[in-house]
Amino acid sequence: MARKLPRRDVAIVGLGWTGSIVANELTDAGLNVVAIERGPWRDTATQYAPNYAQDELRYRIRHELFLRPAQTTFSFRNKQSQTALPIRTWGAFMPPNGVGGGGVHWNAETWRFLPSDFVLRSHLTQRYGAHFLPADTTIQDWGITFDDLEPHYDTFEYLCGTCGTAGNLRGKIQDGGNPFEGPRSRPYPNPAQQQPFGPTLFAKAARELGYKPFPQPSGNMSQAYRNPLGVRQGPCTYCGFCEWFGCANYSKASPQTTILPVLMPKGNFLLRDNSEVTRINLDPSGKRATGVTFVDTSGIEWEQPADLVILAAYTIFNVQLMLLSKIGKPYDPQSNQGVVGRNFTHQTISDCVSFFDHGKFIFNPFINSGAIGMCIDEFNGDNFDHGPHGFIGGGYMGQVQTNGRPIETTPVPPETPAWGAEWKRAVRDNYQSTLKPGTGVHGSMYSYRDVYVDLDPTYRDRLGRPLARITMDFHENELKQNRFLTDKFAEIYHAAGAQRVVKEYRKGPYDITKYQTTHLCGGAIMGSDPKTSALNRYLQSWDVPNLFVMGATAFPQNAGYNPTGTVGALAYWSAAAIRSMYLSNPGPLVHA
Amino acid sequence: MMLRRRDLLTGTALAVVADRLAGAEALTAKIPWQPDAGTPPTPVKPGPWEFFTAQEAATVEALVDRIIPPDPQTPGGKDAGCAVFIDRQLAGGYGHHEGLYNLPPFHDGIVEQGPQSAKGPADTYRAALAALERYCRAQSGAHQGKGFAELPAERQDEILHGLESGTIKLEGVDGQAYFKLLIKDTQQGFFADPIYGGNRNMCAWKMIGFPGARYDYRDWVTRHNERYPYPPVSIGGRPEWTPGKA
Repeated sequence: MARKLPRRDVAIVGLGWTGSIVANELTDAGLNVVAIERGPWRDTATQYAPNYAQDELRYRIRHELFLRPAQTTFSFRNKQSQTALPIRTWGAFMPPNGVGGGGVHWNAETWRFLPSDFVLRSHLTQRYGAHFLPADTTIQDWGITFDDLEPHYDTFEYLCGTCGTAGNLRGKIQDGGNPFEGPRSRPYPNPAQQQPFGPTLFAKAARELGYKPFPQPSGNMSQAYRNPLGVRQGPCTYCGFCEWFGCANYSKASPQTTILPVLMPKGNFLLRDNSEVTRINLDPSGKRATGVTFVDTSGIEWEQPADLVILAAYTIFNVQLMLLSKIGKPYDPQSNQGVVGRNFTHQTISDCVSFFDHGKFIFNPFINSGAIGMCIDEFNGDNFDHGPHGFIGGGYMGQVQTNGRPIETTPVPPETPAWGAEWKRAVRDNYQSTLKPGTGVHGSMYSYRDVYVDLDPTYRDRLGRPLARITMDFHENELKQNRFLTDKFAEIYHAAGAQRVVKEYRKGPYDITKYQTTHLCGGAIMGSDPKTSALNRYLQSWDVPNLFVMGATAFPQNAGYNPTGTVGALAYWSAAAIRSMYLSNPGPLVHA
Repeated sequence: MMLRRRDLLTGTALAVVADRLAGAEALTAKIPWQPDAGTPPTPVKPGPWEFFTAQEAATVEALVDRIIPPDPQTPGGKDAGCAVFIDRQLAGGYGHHEGLYNLPPFHDGIVEQGPQSAKGPADTYRAALAALERYCRAQSGAHQGKGFAELPAERQDEILHGLESGTIKLEGVDGQAYFKLLIKDTQQGFFADPIYGGNRNMCAWKMIGFPGARYDYRDWVTRHNERYPYPPVSIGGRPEWTPGKA
């Protein structure tokens, strides 16, 4: 029997980016807020101090800052005819754990989606006709527009101190920025970061080919910054230990460096760490959440009553908690009915490894930040005519190499033996003269009827709860998109003077052992029809109106950008709706 | 809580241990700052083997020296400390799948579903090294009765090529998969920070020009196509900073 805690106005599940944003907004509104976080408290001094943060083995290889699969994991299969098996060690993506969530160890690539991304189905249907869409795609409009979200993108960027060059300022195209971006109301809060040799060379070649390269929007600071909450960050040192690592310099935007110093001292905020929420409790009608149940590290179960519940865990854990709590109709791919688990997506990435003359090129690949790089957006979204190509979607591409850490980044030509004297020589000769961006082509993944999440019938976590089961494979549309983009990408490296460009196309089947970003999206998507979406346009559950669900969980399909900018903007958008509409009149904000 | 955490740090899977034992806390109206609350890594201790037997260690030293052979500029796997690195890793959390999902049932799936073995690397090494030794001693001809470490380098390479291609089978062990694991662990030891026992004197970093844990390149980011001039630094400093502890 769970021990009952005193009631709070709001219970938030998870204290990463979205949990921190919503907690700060709702405590500002005077509410009593508790955040319940599965992992430990994390801060710079304790877990990634400057005298030992730069440890590739500890953080990159042994995954110290991430969720450990022993705590919980997922099962995975490519298709329904297979038996899903548990992910025993992480590969394709890296679920976060602990205060700050993925904000601790991301690269801080802070993009906005394109205006057409938010009205994807109607836009593509209008331009190409419905017959042009892949037969089994379930892409949808979001129920909001870019213009709805723009003020909230702006708020998130000013919170983070995002560094970049505006490409479209209130409708006027700006030199040096991304000419394809939606109109922004004001410039980035900070100028773009300085670029090392590799991105500079790439940008020059791209310009010569007629493209419009621009610096990747970065949450690694180009200069000291004080955000509107009064929290300060220092300048990035291009240390080359960003993604997978915490920043010891207080110069990567994270909840720790932008928002927690303001949130934590508040008397109306309470954090419970090392406490895992196991379910959302409902009243007998099933239409109202009464709070959450969680388990602490002693195995003791607690009930936290609350008037409002905010799910702010990592994408797929939000979906799992809804399924375990029986909120919303589970998705059934046979009948294409149900909403929880549907429209699950990831990202379609690939890379080129470009070998230059080692007598002439010294790239110093260890001098990099997480969101460094020069990119082009000519082949993203619907920025180009897809008619002749027979696929939909796209992505940005760029020389966005984050590191020269030697366990991970010692590229050699593909015919090199895996060991021995020749391997050693090839590592030595190519280290300084090779460009390997890692995620050079960052393509969209659109949603399909047979890619989804449900509960595993066999495998359970340490608490005995069924694991979330992922059924996912690449579809021909994405593989076609990737071949087209990777070929375009390789042309730029050839133009930059590479002697040899090795194209690493994304190929099927989807492989759970190969890292391809942590951008899992969907599963409880937003929309305007409760038959095909779990959440309304304010991220409010259609079925349980005092439940709001944050994060990329709400994306109906994934665009060709990193998701965090949009995740942060959506959290501000939803928090604004709670403050301005929900609190005065609790109930459904949209009547379907 | 923090003091207890520090005392428990024994390997590289620090947070697993720390997170599991750290109690749940309720924090309000404060930033939970404690002085000296950090979790620095524990450098490996020099001295006796912690996981390998003397015979296993001799075999592994010979193996890592073929995977990364010495050359006039840079030591091989043995002198770089790769066997020490692997020994300490196998004795720690890595050796027995600490932190990984280890609940049954265990079934082999397709490769895209990832490794499904109940056995950790420590068990795999123990079985594979014994099987390799049996294979070598059972050879006929000039090398009959000799263990892997006693063979000439050319014959060692032949055996490794055989394991790699699958033409040499080991009894009761997937030799091909084991050799892959050994290559990965050896190269990780070669390139990881020297505090973990390999990359002795930062030899691997010097070989490629990686400056290690320097952490601040603001003065060099726009100096394009110029070789970075400063020598590498480890988390443990530089050998000349602590004489006698090279």
